[in-house]
Amino acid sequence: MSLLRTIDLHKHFGATHACDGVNFTVEQGEFLSLVGSNGAGKTTLVNLITAHLQPDSGEILFEDRDITSLSVAARIKAGIARSFQLVNLFDGLSVFDNVALSIFARQGKTAKIATLAANDGEVRRETREVLAEFGLAAKSELPAGELAQGERKLLDVAVAYALRPKLLFLDEPTSGVSSAEKAQIMDTVSSVVRSGAVTAVVIEHDMDVVFRYSDRIVMMHEGAFLADGPPDAIRANEAVASILLGISAPASSNAA
Amino acid sequence: MKAAAIALPQFNTRLWLYAGSAIGLVVLASVPGFVGLYQTQLLTYGLIMAIAALGFNLLLGYTGLLSFGHSAYFGLGAYTVAFLLQWLGIHSMELYILMGLPVAAIVSALLGYICVRHTRIFFGILTLALSQVLYSLALKFFWVTGGSDGLRVPRPTLLAGMIDFAGSGGFPRFIRSYYYYVLGVFVLSAAIMWMMVHSPFGKALQAIRDNETRARFIGLRIRRFRWAAFLLSGTFTALAGILWVPLNGLTTPDVLYWPFSGEIVFMTLLGGFRNFSGPIVGGIAFTFIKTYAVASTEYWQLLLGTVLVVLVLLLPTGIVGALSQISKRLWASKEIAT
Repeated sequence: MSLLRTIDLHKHFGATHACDGVNFTVEQGEFLSLVGSNGAGKTTLVNLITAHLQPDSGEILFEDRDITSLSVAARIKAGIARSFQLVNLFDGLSVFDNVALSIFARQGKTAKIATLAANDGEVRRETREVLAEFGLAAKSELPAGELAQGERKLLDVAVAYALRPKLLFLDEPTSGVSSAEKAQIMDTVSSVVRSGAVTAVVIEHDMDVVFRYSDRIVMMHEGAFLADGPPDAIRANEAVASILLGISAPASSNAA
Repeated sequence: MKAAAIALPQFNTRLWLYAGSAIGLVVLASVPGFVGLYQTQLLTYGLIMAIAALGFNLLLGYTGLLSFGHSAYFGLGAYTVAFLLQWLGIHSMELYILMGLPVAAIVSALLGYICVRHTRIFFGILTLALSQVLYSLALKFFWVTGGSDGLRVPRPTLLAGMIDFAGSGGFPRFIRSYYYYVLGVFVLSAAIMWMMVHSPFGKALQAIRDNETRARFIGLRIRRFRWAAFLLSGTFTALAGILWVPLNGLTTPDVLYWPFSGEIVFMTLLGGFRNFSGPIVGGIAFTFIKTYAVASTEYWQLLLGTVLVVLVLLLPTGIVGALSQISKRLWASKEIAT
């Protein structure tokens, strides 16, 4: 049984087919990268699976259950969480509270009004654990808005991870940070995700990162899948190479 | 060294909170001993406005929704008391509160259900429009509401009838007792509000304020939270209206009219909507500023307008925000010096 399957998923914006009959599967426990040029439909696919968008047609099965019409909240409850390409945090709240809120939400405690959030020892403990795993423990009392970009990217992932999903979508976790920081972020993210036995789907542009961390790579082009396989097979795939060369010649020549 | 620098401000805010509220409470409790009856009465009005502004700020500061119709809930509290007196002959302040709050909660829930379907300017316009509906009802149904003459509410009994103010010398006795009564309700309201905004529920409201999309993607049901915040906010502001009417002795449609909603916004901005204590300081300060402006010049609206302009340009974080920035800066320079 695949963890996630989409069947003939379609989504178009005007004349653009962002998702053109996509059959996407994610297996339990893998670290999968979704690659492709800008506008290939990667984020749209993730948006459809996480209920940020509704598909025009097609089905989404999670653990063999049809979730196509479920709300965002219901899909999170089922075990699907995501982070965002453009960092989406609660900037006025502390780093600690950003993560704690995910835990409160997961445990159904956000309706609690007659108790102080800071007095929940169980949530405090878990929040500290998550922050430590992501290397953010020293920053926990700072407002999230005051973090550096690399830390914000990590916190964005931590907020999603604290929901303890079975399937975690990471939309460009290293975009907008320096190359030096990229490796550091990916090391942290991949080790947390693997140690937590979470299945992860990462959208990523940097092919160095993709080849290094992925178990499997899926390449999208113009709303459809162009290639799907382990890193070595993708590296040898000529169609992939031509598109990669076409879109980012310096980066791919660097990689080769 | 670094750890200490991070831990210190945290320790400080807690200490400041306890010390500040203790000092504030002692000052407030001893004020009637030092000042005249008139000042005591003014401060009572100030505390009542502080409750109204605290309720309003649950929406503005913590949920990120700017209501331009909070006069509706204040007036709702005031008129409910007047009706309880008129129809049921109730004279007890406790019954006013106990029976007024559920009425306020129900009406806030109904009106809030409509308003929270939108945000930003649309939300503001909806709250304004609904408050104007209540205003015109109060104005036009004069056989029920007394029209523009309003309804009289004489001094009620306090503490289940143990204290009443009939007979001669009733007024000064009422002012002195009622001050402490309002102070008690104010302390209780502020404590409840403080707990609410620091509860998981309150944190969720702030998360929605900061980033609605992300709040949705940690599984929060946004509209439900906004609705609950609206209900609580309206009920708090109505409590202020309930406390206000016996002090004023009369309720007129003025408390439902939109300029009064503007005053609630004004006092909250004056104190600072980003701080918990901002609306408290703002409510009290506004009451005194307005009273003295009205007493000293015919052009008091011009004076208040100038205050508002200066406020927005120079002190966008309000009195409390500015004070806390100054104290932080002093603290930081001391840190560097040592």
